Amino acid sequence: MSHVLIVAEHDGRHLNPATAKCVSCAAQIPGARISIAVLGQGSAAIAAAAAALTGVTGVLHVESAANAHPLATVLAPQVAQLARDHAATHVFGPSTTFGKDLMPRVAALLDAPQLSDIMAVESAQQFRRPIYAGNIVLSVDVSGEPLIVGTVRTASFDAAPAGGSACVEAVSLAVPLPAYARFVSLSGATSDRPDLQTARRVVSGGRALGSEENFKLVYELADALGAAVGASRAAVDSGYAPNELQVGQTGKIIAPDLYIALGISGAIQHMTGIKDAKTIVAINKDADAPIFESADLGLVGDLFTILPELRAQLARS
Amino acid sequence: MKRILVGIKRVVDYNVRVRVKPDGSGVATEGAKMSINPFDEIALEEALRIKERGEAQEVVVVSIGTADAQAQLRTALAMGADRAILVQSESAVEPLDAARVLLKLIEREQPFAVLLGKQAIDDDNNQTGQMLAALWDRPQATFASRIELTGDVARVTREVDAGLETIEVDLPAVLTVDLRLNEPRYVKLPDIMKAKKKPLDTLTPADLGVSPRQRVRSTRYDAPAARQKGLVLKDVTELVAALKNRGLV
Ligand SMILES: Cc1cc2nc3c(=O)[nH]c(=O)nc-3n(C[C@H](O)[C@H](O)[C@H](O)COP(=O)(O)OP(=O)(O)OC[C@H]3O[C@@H](n4cnc5c(N)ncnc54)[C@H](O)[C@@H]3O)c2cc1C
Repeated sequence: MSHVLIVAEHDGRHLNPATAKCVSCAAQIPGARISIAVLGQGSAAIAAAAAALTGVTGVLHVESAANAHPLATVLAPQVAQLARDHAATHVFGPSTTFGKDLMPRVAALLDAPQLSDIMAVESAQQFRRPIYAGNIVLSVDVSGEPLIVGTVRTASFDAAPAGGSACVEAVSLAVPLPAYARFVSLSGATSDRPDLQTARRVVSGGRALGSEENFKLVYELADALGAAVGASRAAVDSGYAPNELQVGQTGKIIAPDLYIALGISGAIQHMTGIKDAKTIVAINKDADAPIFESADLGLVGDLFTILPELRAQLARS
Repeated sequence: MKRILVGIKRVVDYNVRVRVKPDGSGVATEGAKMSINPFDEIALEEALRIKERGEAQEVVVVSIGTADAQAQLRTALAMGADRAILVQSESAVEPLDAARVLLKLIEREQPFAVLLGKQAIDDDNNQTGQMLAALWDRPQATFASRIELTGDVARVTREVDAGLETIEVDLPAVLTVDLRLNEPRYVKLPDIMKAKKKPLDTLTPADLGVSPRQRVRSTRYDAPAARQKGLVLKDVTELVAALKNRGLV
């Protein structure tokens, strides 16, 4: 029988919704038992939130001052030990920067192969994942491997709902932890806007915005719609928007109900980030821009004249 | 000698739109333009800048791949790397085995830093650097957008989902780079000529005592579900009406 150990992602206060998506992925492995490992400091509430996810059979809670910040060098030996002690067949984490950093280190410690960005489960040993910036879907088979590590493409799975009541087991581990990497600081814009990765609506701006000042237009439309803000790589590289707003192959992979792209050409590296959006709206002055090939609704024109009108009409309705 | 090891992977150029072979047995890459993985190019640029600042004395580039990868190694030498090593393998090498090969080269070359791209744009795995750091029992600093070296410590700013994280790692360490770290230089013609004279050694994984295994079998390649081309609307009024119709606003 399969035993999937999921590494919880959290920021020290809240369980990241990506964890609930990993649970949904794991639940598709026939007959799997699902445990969540919560490693943190002062993380009892996070462990409780993990235990409440439907489908979870147990939470392994490792409290330690060493786990105050998510350093892969510190977390990996602990996760590997938990996987060994609890005879895991699969160790999953989200395909976020947290999981991408940590999971391959765990895989190497366990001498296990890793599958990155799992988008579909066909059996306990057969999965599908995107390659070439999502231009190709690869089916893979790891039959014969007693243990595999995986990162879960969160946009491909719905979050497992709360409603369960798994046991939380406090675990203390006697693994030596290296001190050769140290957390210094984290800087990110804290905003009241919805989170880009979980928002139902997202408004994104591209190079066409032309300046940080003009990029405010993107924020204004987003606020009018209660949407999160995203950006193309060109907009981030040019300094119009911070890096954490980048959507695409090297940014965030998202699946909102509504995605509005303002002055974004639709390069494959950008489109791979929004493939799973339900409705894509493109506003671009170039009728031949590739984004119109995959947009559900398109409007050709200058965004600087369209945006004020759009906001006015939305305000009226 | 203060040395930096840089990984260079030969991949289909990022501008090429790859397709699945009609029978689903693989990716049609024949005749496609091949390049250095863009992230690896950034890793190399950073190594060269570190050397130019006098903080390193030698930059060694390594590729694990087919004989054709010599072309990408020559480009790397033309950019300014001092010498190149090709670990030649005609079959694909999985990330964990690539990490094993790199570890053997680390034992030979004793670098104080290993710079790799955070991912290769063909299989998009994003694994090798982290695996190498684990096998080497050294720190990793992934997704770097800024690297500062002071003595035996690297202070690295990392692009993470929440913003920018700064960590400090003791050297030697594995650093994997993100797109905004730098803009790679263009290769100049005289440098291409000079690069022809720079050393390029060829080894096999077996020479290094590594026998790559295939543990993950690729069973099928499919095109992703295509999105339908939608409606192009006349004006804002139509757009707002369409959004309302779909219950989106
Ligand atoms: C390895 C790699 C990874 C990458 N990862 C990502 C990624 O994660 N995310 C990402 O986004 N990109 C990524 N890219 C970059 C990608 O290839 C494109 O360069 C980028 O997405 C372009 O951004 P853009 O659409 O804003 O700019 P452009 O391509 O320059 O497009 C600007 C668009 O705005 C339109 N426009 C201009 N003025 C106006 C106006 N006044 N009104 C309306 N429309 C106007 C133009 O017609 C054009 O279509 C990556 C590239 C590489 C090589």
